[in-house]
Amino acid sequence: MIGVADIYAAIADPTRRLLLDELARADGQSLFELCSRLTMTHGVNSSRQAISQHLAVLESAGLVSSARVGRTKIHHLHTEPFREITERWPIPAKD
Amino acid sequence: MSIRINLTSVFVDDQSKALAFYTGVLGFVAKNDIPLGEHRWLTVVSPDDPSGPELLLEPDAHPAARTYSAALVADGIPAASFTVDDVRESHTALSGRGVTFTQAPVAMGPVVTAVLDDTCGNLIQLTSPA
Repeated sequence: MIGVADIYAAIADPTRRLLLDELARADGQSLFELCSRLTMTHGVNSSRQAISQHLAVLESAGLVSSARVGRTKIHHLHTEPFREITERWPIPAKD
Repeated sequence: MSIRINLTSVFVDDQSKALAFYTGVLGFVAKNDIPLGEHRWLTVVSPDDPSGPELLLEPDAHPAARTYSAALVADGIPAASFTVDDVRESHTALSGRGVTFTQAPVAMGPVVTAVLDDTCGNLIQLTSPA
């Protein structure tokens, strides 16, 4: 899976959409926090390894980045790649 | 058979620094402090339950210990979890004393949790009822 993702493949998976929801709720989370939130508040029972792979797909699509804060890897949301969608299929302005 | 937890442990990079943090900052009290060569058998307990489970502040001198601890910290995984009356209150108080949190208080189903850096090589989770 890793490396294949354009944004459409990246958001085709419901768990990956939940990861984006979580980072939109609170940007800057560790793998542990994301896994805990998915399990405890979203009923996702995936393994930590599976979540880590989902994050890698989102990273390869440019939707998530990670950087060390101190000694902990923290994940951030980037929604800029979604601009491609509305540029390709413009949304008519409401009048 | 009745079985209970009497002792659990975290690896620490410096026992004196750890004792200062776990007692002076987190509020545990020292229980056992027995010299063992260059290290100590060093445990702390909750002031609310001095005869309850002891937390061993264990030297991370074993070759695998630091690698193990660092890998957990990288993924934000706590080495131990303690309960408090109100995580949000503790987060405010401890942050005011310079404690670093890798996870601010957040609802996790039936509990609120936060994760702090113990300055000795570990992350510690605090929990309280939501």
